[in-house]
Amino acid sequence: MNWHEYVNKTGKLPEWPYEVNYGKENVIESDVLVVGGGVAGCRAAISAAQHGVSVVVADRGFVKHSGQGGAGVDHWHGAVRNPCSKITPEMYSDVAMQVSGGYTNGAARYIIGMEGWDTLLELEQMGLQIRDEEGEFKDTIWRDEETKLLFAYDVDNKHCLRIYGNNVKPVVAREMLSMGVKVYERICVSSLLTENGVKGTRVIGATGVNDRTGEFYIFKAKAVVLATGGGSRLGSFAPFMTSGSAMTDINLVNMGHTIAWNAGAEMVMMEALTPEFGMGTGLGYAPYSMGNTDNTYQGARVVDTNLKYVPYANTKGELLTEEKQIFQAADPDKFVIGHGIGLATPVTSDYNVTTLDPKLAEKIRSGEYSLPLYDDFAGMPEKSRKIIWNLMLAQEGKCRVPIFENLQAWGFDPSQDMLQYAISADNGIHARTSWLAPEQTPKTWVSTKRQGGVFTDWRLQSSLPGLFVAGGNPLFGSGCHGEAQTTGRYCGRQAAVFAKNHPAVEPERGQIDREKDEVYTPVTKGGDVGWHEFNAALARVFQDYWNVKTEEIFDRGLIRMADLRRTEGNRMYANNPHELARAIECYRLTDLASCYWQSAKARKGSSKLLGFMRIDYPNVDEPEWHKFLPVSQTEKGVSVREAPCDYYLRDPYLTTLHDNYVKYAELD
Amino acid sequence: MATFSYPSIAEPSRILLFDKDKCVGCNVCVNTCSSDVMIPNPEKGGEPIVLFAEECWFCGSCVQECPHKALTLIPTASQRISTIWRRKATGEEFRMGMLDPPEPNTTPPVGRNH
Repeated sequence: MNWHEYVNKTGKLPEWPYEVNYGKENVIESDVLVVGGGVAGCRAAISAAQHGVSVVVADRGFVKHSGQGGAGVDHWHGAVRNPCSKITPEMYSDVAMQVSGGYTNGAARYIIGMEGWDTLLELEQMGLQIRDEEGEFKDTIWRDEETKLLFAYDVDNKHCLRIYGNNVKPVVAREMLSMGVKVYERICVSSLLTENGVKGTRVIGATGVNDRTGEFYIFKAKAVVLATGGGSRLGSFAPFMTSGSAMTDINLVNMGHTIAWNAGAEMVMMEALTPEFGMGTGLGYAPYSMGNTDNTYQGARVVDTNLKYVPYANTKGELLTEEKQIFQAADPDKFVIGHGIGLATPVTSDYNVTTLDPKLAEKIRSGEYSLPLYDDFAGMPEKSRKIIWNLMLAQEGKCRVPIFENLQAWGFDPSQDMLQYAISADNGIHARTSWLAPEQTPKTWVSTKRQGGVFTDWRLQSSLPGLFVAGGNPLFGSGCHGEAQTTGRYCGRQAAVFAKNHPAVEPERGQIDREKDEVYTPVTKGGDVGWHEFNAALARVFQDYWNVKTEEIFDRGLIRMADLRRTEGNRMYANNPHELARAIECYRLTDLASCYWQSAKARKGSSKLLGFMRIDYPNVDEPEWHKFLPVSQTEKGVSVREAPCDYYLRDPYLTTLHDNYVKYAELD
Repeated sequence: MATFSYPSIAEPSRILLFDKDKCVGCNVCVNTCSSDVMIPNPEKGGEPIVLFAEECWFCGSCVQECPHKALTLIPTASQRISTIWRRKATGEEFRMGMLDPPEPNTTPPVGRNH
């Protein structure tokens, strides 16, 4: 029942149901600590435990369903070593680098190519269905008859798979728990502990607050895997409105990015941050509820309101006549790399997915087509319809209950019905995406698309010894769900090896006390600013001093955010541990903003590739600025370094992808 | 019944409907939610109380985990009125939340994980 119904019924306010002990300390020790228990964190924990070390996971939510991949998945990218694939890990990694103009994580992409299929096979052994075992899609373009694998995006090259991933999180969480991994749930982790409490040194643990009890947790570990999610509350005026969000629940505040930044880890590509629709908080359509032809819905037949057919086109703009062509590259020498792998603003469209006729918007405006458009499921062959609605939609994150079950409960029958598009004649309508909620209000800033994060080496270790980084978000340039599981599994192995070779170090008490003093401010100082209001205020500052980019504006942003933090921040209140955790997240969002501004200040040039356009340095993508700028905090201030985009093939590394992989991957 | 004083709460108004005949107040849904939007009912066996409705991102995990199939996830009114479909043969229009909906479609997903 709703809160007001309880009050009406009983005449009483419900008391907080959990025993509250603000500040009470719990000390947890392990060889490896995993921060974040989503799919990457669970796979890291499983892999570390397999290597014989003790493992603890600290998760913000409930591990059986938490995280950005917690609600399910339909595509598995990067399975390039599956027996049907014609793509090699080298091709996959090189093309990822090529289409992103060098701004992605080439080493991580290669690791994903090498291990993505093995990671999926292990998932199958844990109990997840990855094949069309019953032959429901027999004799279709998507199925390999021998392996029973189903392919997406590219039926010639067969490197991206369709999987039955609705229950992926229960499966990996069950496996993790069966291995004796200790899980601490509902912990808002807010800091990493470093050797001697000094920024830029070895990471030896973390601290957090339980959002039901308010108790304080001190995690001590020999190695730490950061496997947190993305976030969107930094730029949102309505951060508490999450109904329009496809992949970012309210817990996601880039906490991993921020605690790594605060600990002194090098960060890259953080300046590549632009407002995005739909992925973050705010009001919008129910994600995936509208007709479209992208990703999950790729291959859907589209008609206008007069049932006039709208054809697909390949990347050369040629209109397609056969269904199979929708799942083929325009150029037989190329392949379709697929959507949802974190490669923004492609340099070349050669590897893009097919869309509807790129002249669709023009043709709507000229009257050739009439709105609204529909996904004409009723007009599709049965297997083509089922592979979208009964496989992809039913498995995709956040789709099984809110879309598949809810629409069918209200009578939607794809064998008879057509699903309406959002009404629009904008120029992007031919490539409308399924996970976005277009026309969402307000626009939010999400880190997920542009791939800024913690800078890593071939071990996926950050610049701080003992801190390994996995997942689709805190690890810069790494991709989506399958990539998160693969890098998680890889980091778990690396962290276990590190833990075996390094003794435990006792955290410095002063660092713990400083953290406690800060995080309990909202329940000890008695303020008058709620977290909602504070979050909107920090969004105001961030929007004002990020949208327009000059050195002076960035500097003023830093000053204004520090002012807000010092003034209204110290006046935040929390009525219960739940609100306390939200308030702590807000504190860290102010720190995250400084990471964005410092990264922006480091790049004295504009870049279309990074979506980063400065007024004071208008020249775009100049060769001298084509590089990473790892930015970090030290005890003395902010430090900026330079690294070529192919740093992973230069000194001190070897010159080929494979030689480095063999040297650093800690293969058994 | 007394008229109580309430602060004004923004949307969404109701995110979950509990079937009173099925819910036994086991709180599995409360403990499934990663955003912790519900609290247990102080009355033992009573249906949980939705305290932070606006923090629900409609993942549906609580619905899937409910051992008694007592939960229905309710999209916001703005999402109900915008999710529209048309029966191709007749031209009839339907939407989520409509009055007099057609019979539910009970076709299951493909595969074995449902």
